[in-house]
Amino acid sequence: MPFIPHTPQEVEEMLAVVGVRSLEDLFADIPPEMRPRRFELPKGQSESAVCAFFEETATKNRADIISFLGAGFYAHYIPKAVDALSGRSEFYTAYTPYQAECSQGTLQAIFEFQTVVSRLMEMDCANASVYDGGTALFEAAMMAVRATRRHVLVMDEAVNPIWRKMLATYSAGLSVTLKTVPQKNGESDTQALCGAIDNSCAAVIVQNPNFFGIIADYGEVFAKAKSHNSLGVISVYPVMQAVLKTPGEMGADVAVAEGQSLGQPLNFGGPYLGLMTCKKEHIRQFPGRIVGRAADADGKTGYVLTLQAREQHIRRAKATSNICSNQALCALRALIHLSLLGPEGLVRQAEYGMSLARQAVKRLTVLKGVDTLNNAPYGNETALRLPVQAEPLVNALIAKGCVPGFPVGRYYPRMENVLLLACTEANNPVQINMLAEAMGDLL
Amino acid sequence: MKTIFAESVPGRGSRFFESDAPTAAQMLPSGLLRARPPRLPECSELDVVRHFTGLSRLNYSVDANFYPLGSCTMKYNPKFMEYVAGLPGFARLHPLLPRLEQGAALTQSALQCIYEAERLLCEITGMDAFTLQPMAGANGEFAGVSLMAAYHRSRGHVRSKMLIPDSAHGTNPASAALAGFEIVNIESRDGMVDPSALASYMAEHGDDVAGLMMTCPNTLGLMEAHLPEIVAALRAADTLLYYDGANMNAILGKMRVGDVGFDVMHLNLHKTFATPHGGGGPGSGPVGVNARLLPFLPTPRVIRHANGSFCLNDNLPQSIGAIGPFYGSFSVAVKALAYILRLGGEGLERVAEYAVLNANYLKKRLEDVLDIPFKRLCAHEFVASAPEGMHALDLAKGLLERGFHAPTVYFPMIVRECLMAEPTETESKQTLDAYVDALREIVELGKNNPESQTAAPAGLPVRRLDETSAARQMVLTEDMVVHSNSRWSSKGCLELTG
Amino acid sequence: MSNCPSDLLYSKTHEWTRLEGEEAVIGITFFAQETLGDVTYVEMPQVGDTFTAGKEFGSVESVKAASELVAPVSGTVTSVNAELENAPEILNASPFGDGWIARIKLSAKPECLMDAAAYEAHCAAEKH
Repeated sequence: MPFIPHTPQEVEEMLAVVGVRSLEDLFADIPPEMRPRRFELPKGQSESAVCAFFEETATKNRADIISFLGAGFYAHYIPKAVDALSGRSEFYTAYTPYQAECSQGTLQAIFEFQTVVSRLMEMDCANASVYDGGTALFEAAMMAVRATRRHVLVMDEAVNPIWRKMLATYSAGLSVTLKTVPQKNGESDTQALCGAIDNSCAAVIVQNPNFFGIIADYGEVFAKAKSHNSLGVISVYPVMQAVLKTPGEMGADVAVAEGQSLGQPLNFGGPYLGLMTCKKEHIRQFPGRIVGRAADADGKTGYVLTLQAREQHIRRAKATSNICSNQALCALRALIHLSLLGPEGLVRQAEYGMSLARQAVKRLTVLKGVDTLNNAPYGNETALRLPVQAEPLVNALIAKGCVPGFPVGRYYPRMENVLLLACTEANNPVQINMLAEAMGDLL
Repeated sequence: MKTIFAESVPGRGSRFFESDAPTAAQMLPSGLLRARPPRLPECSELDVVRHFTGLSRLNYSVDANFYPLGSCTMKYNPKFMEYVAGLPGFARLHPLLPRLEQGAALTQSALQCIYEAERLLCEITGMDAFTLQPMAGANGEFAGVSLMAAYHRSRGHVRSKMLIPDSAHGTNPASAALAGFEIVNIESRDGMVDPSALASYMAEHGDDVAGLMMTCPNTLGLMEAHLPEIVAALRAADTLLYYDGANMNAILGKMRVGDVGFDVMHLNLHKTFATPHGGGGPGSGPVGVNARLLPFLPTPRVIRHANGSFCLNDNLPQSIGAIGPFYGSFSVAVKALAYILRLGGEGLERVAEYAVLNANYLKKRLEDVLDIPFKRLCAHEFVASAPEGMHALDLAKGLLERGFHAPTVYFPMIVRECLMAEPTETESKQTLDAYVDALREIVELGKNNPESQTAAPAGLPVRRLDETSAARQMVLTEDMVVHSNSRWSSKGCLELTG
Repeated sequence: MSNCPSDLLYSKTHEWTRLEGEEAVIGITFFAQETLGDVTYVEMPQVGDTFTAGKEFGSVESVKAASELVAPVSGTVTSVNAELENAPEILNASPFGDGWIARIKLSAKPECLMDAAAYEAHCAAEKH
């Protein structure tokens, strides 16, 4: 049997020690009426046959198509050293670092991860990560609910609808009210957001750049929240965060992000990486794992899981969250990715995508009836108004070998003509020309 | 080891991305930009490679050490699975593609993998449907209890209580509380759920009980002997049964969760199906349901048309919504699918047999070394107590010193000085014997020289760390420093630098 | 057993109460801090909070444990021991003195509290 090392003779010896006659005798506790009614699985295959099957299967997916699809999830280049280092099995075949003395590699990496994430956001501290950007947003909202003992969440409609749907699902069983403030033609309505904040509000939740790629300063919204003792929660895009005003500068209390763009492949949806940071006064409300620096018996510096009394294995039903794993390997990848890029690399990456997006806007708005959705500042992703419905056009362009972006009408009724287009270093000017020509042919 | 920040040299950098693009300041109003670039490490590629190679060497791992952590199923993670999941056709696929009609055609085989994995998990467990959406075990538990809540709502019931045995994982109560349930603790008798205690509780409060969450075999490594009566009692009250699949390795091919009457369950693909734990994630926690709960599953579902093509279906009016952004930890599911195809039905059944053989062998051999509270046959794991006068923690550290990872300690809490060991099927008799010898040596040494125990571990990257000071001082990033060592300083001892 | 001061009243959940006219000072006992181990954090009520006896009003954390604080009396918080925020170790060093937690303006007469002797007997029983 694959992966089972026992020889027949060893099995006999071991059964004798246990005091039973056969392997089947070990399952005497499961009476006949509890045995499987059926167990009709395929026969096992050789490693080469399984690999050949998946090799053939994988090539049927067309991951290589030219694509301007983003909507919160981006095709960024990942340095090969990220794969090489995170592929060291000392990292990926370890468990949660419960025994600190033999887990310093994982623990120090998480401490360094907490540091780079805090610095990127200019917030006081970060946790060891949660599952994804959506759960990070939910956990941030729950921090606010606990900290303020209030139950109303004011949410910008321009926050990614994928995460808003998760937040609604997660809070269905809780006495939490979601108050969604409509966006205005793709822009976050900061006046309306401020107007919605009152003394019943636990948190105001915004995203920068927002779902439409639009960049804003939410400092005023957070100041209003502060004046009502509400928390300011923001979700950001880590690559653009290299250049944008930080959550710390805007006065956010909790800042989160989907960390996929930092060294994680798109992977058809996961695993991804939820980044969470906060001001230090909220640290007791933080969910999930946190690593702290400590000294050992000889005074040598080391790292441990800390503040565990917040967590489910101690607090059980009263824990700050039910989360037990973090996305340790994904967090490690993000840390290695950021270490390789450095400040300059990350800034360049953001600037390249922004510059390319501007080229795309310039080239596409020449087409008849194509225009920008508004004049608001944007980063590497932007919304275009088309003279036709976006979805059929997107489908027609995919048939021609290019995904032009995401049809916004999917999530925002009455915006059926809007296309959301993102550029990263996976794109180039030649692709933009191809897109413009193909789109021109169809319009 | 020095941190990556200490390795950083201003102005060095790896020059990873260079472009002649305009600067951000040329493209955006200055009021929207950060005042200074993020203070990330500035290292050459070799600096980075040396640093992380160095860090990796400070870890114990399944690939280097026996890792018998109870309830965690630290089995060998076959390498071909990593290769398969990393194929560009999977790794580079954008999850929104199948949301577009033409895009679905580009992702057919990815959708097929999801469909097949769900179908095979149904066959393995006897459930009627699976969703891969939950991103880890605890996330699956939350999805599962949310499904239970939705079921009762749909029937017009208001049920506020969730029963959880005291031997359950701490995540069970935390997950149920997150879904808004009130937790009722059910005490064990002889290491198992006491059916009479359960019956008397149900007689009084049955119409307010939404469900019971069970781990089976439980965290003591014991099969629940009264399962059929428990199922019957709860069924009669329309109370749902949840199966925590953390210990599924013990029953593969020997018992199917659906067949014995559970309504909803989660699996940990990173335990039973050999996907790596990654130092604490990513995991994957698929949830299986029977027909009663199927209408409430999260969306989208992957469905197969009569012509054999696959697509996403959001049309589930009673769905609880979205637990994850897309289709779960897809690449983890691909690895698990590869594992199932490699082993086949027979191989999976062997997994349970040898996992249980190894646990019983290890337990028997340790009977004269540790206190074993439950002498009868165990499942894939067992609990033991440190000998009188010794601490589980000290034995754990002694094991580390000898090159073994420790078992789970101090869990379940209902066992004194508990050591909970799960050897898994992939370990050889020689490894188990060596582990027994090491534990015997530690215990013998401790009898003659108690100090030897508290001094362990020596020879590791660090000795025991002062967790109390760590929790009080809270140095959680490189930028937080302790300013005062005074135990009685009344000012904040924490300040931010930089 | 650790000399429980005889001028205090005690609850089964190991909080002590010192009555001072209309007000009461509350804290946790020597036995409680010893069971928890090194205290790392005290989650305190806020001034102005009102609670009734038997309800949770905060928590105490150590490295590997957490314990809810149960209000021994009913009333409104008039002050809290801010020292504990940055030096939770005071709770270990001086549970009956410098480690007091909150001062309460009573809204009802205290009920069901034990004297020192009864409490010591209660602790002795709990140890077994």
